[in-house]
Amino acid sequence: MAPHDLRRPFKRPLISDQERRRQHSLLRQAQNRLDAQRHARFLVSTAFSLSSSQTLESHEKEELDVLEASKLKGAEARKWFAKQLMHPEWMIDIPQNLTNDWFVFARPSGKRCFVVSSNGTTISRLRNGSILHRFPSKLPNGARTKEVSSGSSNSYSILDCIFHEQDQTYYVIDMVCWRGYSLYDCTSEFRFFWVNSKLVETGACDPPSYYHKYRFGLVPVYSCDQSGLCSAYSVPVSYVKDGLLFYNKHAHYQAGITPLALVWKDENCSQYVMDTDNKGQVPNQQQVVLELQEDGKLATCDDPPMEFGCLDGSFIQQSDLHSGYLLRFAIGEGGLVLVDGKLGKADLKYLGKANRARASADSFSKVMFQYSVRHSPLIIDDLLGSVSSPADQESETCDVEMDG
Amino acid sequence: MEVTQALLNAQSIDGTVRKHAEESLRQFQEQNLPGFLVSLSGELASEDKPVDSRKLAGLILKNALDAKDENRKRELVQRWLSLDSAAKAQVKACLLQTLSSLVLEARSTATQVVAKIAGIELPQKQWPELIGSLLSNIHQVPAHVKQATLETLGYLCEEVSHEVVDQDQVNKILTAVVQGMNSSEKNNDVRLAATRALYNALGFAQANFSNDMEREYIMRVVCETTMSPEVKIRQTAFECLVSIAAMYYVKLAPYIQDIYNITAKAVRGDEESVALQAIEFWSTICDEETDILEEYVGDTTGDSDIPCFYFIKQALPALVPLLLETLLKQEEDQDLDEGAWNIAMAGGTCLGLVARTTGDDIVPLVMPFIEENITKQDWRQREAATYAFGSILEGPSPDKLVPLVNHALPFMLSALVKDPSNHVKDTTAWTLGRMFEFLHSSIVGTPIINEGNAQQIITVLLQSMKDVPNVAEKACGALYFLAQGYEDVGLTSPITPFFQEIVQSLLTVTHREDATESRLRTAAYETLNEVVRCSTDETAPLVLQLVAVIMMELHKCLEAQNLSSDEREKQSELTGLLCGCLQVIIQKLGSSEPTKYVFLQYADQIMGLFIRVFACRNATAHEEAMLAIGALAYAIGPDFAKYLPEFYQFLEADLQNFEDYQVCAVTVGVVGDICRALEDKILPYCDGIMTQLLKNLSSDNLHRSVKPPLFSCIGDIALAIGDNFNKYLTYAMNTLQIAAEMYAHTSGFDLEMTEYINNLRNGILEAYSGIFQGFKNSSKTQFLIPYASHILHFLDSIYMEKDMDDVVMKTAIGVLGDLADTLGSNAASLIQQSLSSRDFLNECLTSDDHMIKESAKWAKLAISRAISV
Repeated sequence: MAPHDLRRPFKRPLISDQERRRQHSLLRQAQNRLDAQRHARFLVSTAFSLSSSQTLESHEKEELDVLEASKLKGAEARKWFAKQLMHPEWMIDIPQNLTNDWFVFARPSGKRCFVVSSNGTTISRLRNGSILHRFPSKLPNGARTKEVSSGSSNSYSILDCIFHEQDQTYYVIDMVCWRGYSLYDCTSEFRFFWVNSKLVETGACDPPSYYHKYRFGLVPVYSCDQSGLCSAYSVPVSYVKDGLLFYNKHAHYQAGITPLALVWKDENCSQYVMDTDNKGQVPNQQQVVLELQEDGKLATCDDPPMEFGCLDGSFIQQSDLHSGYLLRFAIGEGGLVLVDGKLGKADLKYLGKANRARASADSFSKVMFQYSVRHSPLIIDDLLGSVSSPADQESETCDVEMDG
Repeated sequence: MEVTQALLNAQSIDGTVRKHAEESLRQFQEQNLPGFLVSLSGELASEDKPVDSRKLAGLILKNALDAKDENRKRELVQRWLSLDSAAKAQVKACLLQTLSSLVLEARSTATQVVAKIAGIELPQKQWPELIGSLLSNIHQVPAHVKQATLETLGYLCEEVSHEVVDQDQVNKILTAVVQGMNSSEKNNDVRLAATRALYNALGFAQANFSNDMEREYIMRVVCETTMSPEVKIRQTAFECLVSIAAMYYVKLAPYIQDIYNITAKAVRGDEESVALQAIEFWSTICDEETDILEEYVGDTTGDSDIPCFYFIKQALPALVPLLLETLLKQEEDQDLDEGAWNIAMAGGTCLGLVARTTGDDIVPLVMPFIEENITKQDWRQREAATYAFGSILEGPSPDKLVPLVNHALPFMLSALVKDPSNHVKDTTAWTLGRMFEFLHSSIVGTPIINEGNAQQIITVLLQSMKDVPNVAEKACGALYFLAQGYEDVGLTSPITPFFQEIVQSLLTVTHREDATESRLRTAAYETLNEVVRCSTDETAPLVLQLVAVIMMELHKCLEAQNLSSDEREKQSELTGLLCGCLQVIIQKLGSSEPTKYVFLQYADQIMGLFIRVFACRNATAHEEAMLAIGALAYAIGPDFAKYLPEFYQFLEADLQNFEDYQVCAVTVGVVGDICRALEDKILPYCDGIMTQLLKNLSSDNLHRSVKPPLFSCIGDIALAIGDNFNKYLTYAMNTLQIAAEMYAHTSGFDLEMTEYINNLRNGILEAYSGIFQGFKNSSKTQFLIPYASHILHFLDSIYMEKDMDDVVMKTAIGVLGDLADTLGSNAASLIQQSLSSRDFLNECLTSDDHMIKESAKWAKLAISRAISV
């Protein structure tokens, strides 16, 4: 009978570093194999994406990616998250039916980030995907507590937040996933309702404690009628405001820039209306950053890109520029000329290459908003005017009927 | 031949005589196996033969029935089963007869051989009379026969699985065994044999432990046996209690109080061998309760199959003082002895487990002991106090511990430098490591390391790394966890200002003359690895500098000539450590584009060094170099192709290394890395690689754990080279098909084997997946059509078995999609007929596992297209 060896590891870790290296390699290999497989499969799905179910599939794809991404680590995760936030266009004209179809709220000033809680920890990631904080929180599965959470232990939640330095609070401006349930394909009306009903019950809005390092805050969201817009604009809140955000009530959460969310600012509700240069000064002339295309054209970051002009080949060669470079220009006396709402001509003066930290060119709406701020800004009264008279809107429809 | 003389000569001191005898025995065996075995058993049974020849005869018999190597063992089993039955009957008769021999050695050898034969024959429903005839022996008067019989029953229970013995026989065995243990049995040899037999028979006693009366009886006898005057019997009785704790935890409640009293008495007063088992009982209860409580936390419904009785929590007020007492019984130099295991170590370990099990409750029970002893004159008291503190750092909540740690930290730092006792310093450094391991993290609440004390902590640890090897090793360990706590710290790490100094100090440690003692050098490199892993972009330039340093170390290490065998072993170990370190650096620098770009300038030289490593014949060094090369290939991408002409021979050689199967397994993984890096540039090497992979798959001598990755690797190759795989298609598909048929079913296998079969299935499926995706959009897809029906059949059969794990499910449904995707309308009707395309697909589409769901959606899409075209 084999003697019973009762020695246990003494003053030693259970897993050797070598074993860790081995496991790490196996994990990496499995992940790479999965990626290769996915890649192979995806090549085909684009080939037959012209089929009728195209839009449906692409939506599903996105949802799956969120589920996937909660398991990503390191650089992979960074890359993925950098592309997932929904970014508003700048408001250059007032959308129709603002009163009925839109929400408005004051945007908290601070760092925009995705906050993911899963597996007993909470991680916030900035727009470029890098980690801002890793901390315990009362979000579902957000801390390693012994309490048995409702929800399965590997479910996760993803919030779209702004981290407000002054009171060290994450203000929740949108909710993408809750306890493993994807809200991507839900309207913003539903998402906001969900934020308001779910967040408080977790205790995430409580003051910080040992297992809850940062407080989460709700942002008052108003229907964009006269009183809602006034409140968002002028009622004091616990955070410093940085402009107003407008969300279309029927829009789903969509990664990237979307015209169904809009940002608007004036001096009264934001410290950062006009772009500053790297010294914090507002330059005399408006500056824009554009991407150099292969054919010498200068484009915005929109999809599809908007063209702002063209550099000639000799200049490109002379200045040792290559396609893909981000270049900084000033807008000269000639300004921007619009023809039928589209850009006709832009008077651009080359300043140099953009700061290396820049990830992408400016968007069309941003350039236009900045331009209008300098020339004929859209002011709060314009906005109030557009929502002021429900009678006007009714009269519009009435007009047609009275024709008989 | 004269067997007795040959057996005696085979044990001669004279080498020539011995060789000659061994040779003639071998010839006998080869020429006439049945005759050989019969005459050996006759020798063993014969009372007038010398003890030495009888013993060896029994040993050779035993070795003819069993071997360590699994494949060899299978051969031997088959050989015995196919032997002439008359010869077998004769051998068995002799063996049973030997159980009554007056010669102890002959008897005890026979008991083992009988058990080996039982292990082979009982599962085949042969030798049905064995247990009956053994049991009839029990009632014989001579004690030595009783003893041998009980011993045989014990070995028998160890050899055969409890399924092959019916309950009626189990009842009789247990009755005989427990009666033999009873205090009414006056012969100690019989009692000891019976107690040992019970230890092995406990696994058979499931039904008996569910019967209150029988359980009461067994437990009473076991508890009584712990008080036998004979130390070996007491020790074995406690071993039974340990085993009962692990197997029948849920039945223990009525006995736990008595067991506490018995164990406490043993821990306080009995011989160490007994006391150690008594402590092990409580450690085992901790293991059980931690497992159960972990299930609770993981289980969302809150209920679990096994209830927790909180024995540890209830015993806490008595158990903790008992364990604290043991801490004071240290041996002088236990830290210098790798194999040491004594009551202080066992007690301390148990205390740590108790803390994990009960959490906060233990803290107030241990703190007074620490406070009272930590400053005492006697080193034993200071060490015990420190060890107690270190032990309770895992389990209780940070809320409870952080204030205590903050309070203790300055004292510990000072003790680490100033305490005159090495033993105290060793334990102090270990305790600091535990503080950092469990309470220091960039994400948990209040930090125990902050701007105010970081400098001092690091300075003290670096200083302590110059202390004697065992203390320095623990200091490295503490630094390891200090670095680990800053994993994911973000952009700037508090370690950054000290990075250079830490790395320098660790390198200095690796150069110490005595670095090979107490695992010191290994610990230093492991810590260096962790410091690199957890470093941030700020220190990337310093990590880049480290590349050249470690490369130089590896170069110097490989240069060393004319080494003694001891030195050579140390050189191999160092080579492995350096390759491991380079692997970590490659992964770190390869993970961000700017550093990767700079780092890749060294790629040629690093690869040159790795290739030189293969000249040394050490498995660990090969494994580490291979892992590092895999990481390098991943970082470099297609350009890695330039190294293959030189590297290929080593790759092929290690694919053939069956003996060090870990090396083989790692190499298979690296082939996958290279496939993904090179894609079709790997083509020129595929003939050799594929040949080797297929050979390995068909070999019985390769460790089974390598087989699943071998299959997956075929998929990696196919995906990399696309329809160029066509030339291997027949062979590969043939191998896959045979394997698929073999592993479609798991019925009759235990859990472990079922898990292994699922790993194999996953490998087979990954191979199919790679092949189909590789051939996609090629003109050669028609070559795959003949295989479709078999593959679909395989999917259907594993679906119907209902024993797939999630991973297999995901891969399997993916293969369905790949098949549809690549074959399109060619396979439409086959797919529509398959069960997989309906029930299995639907099940996957509604799965909770998103990976399965994703693959299923993919499959659904591919199928709908294949059918619609």
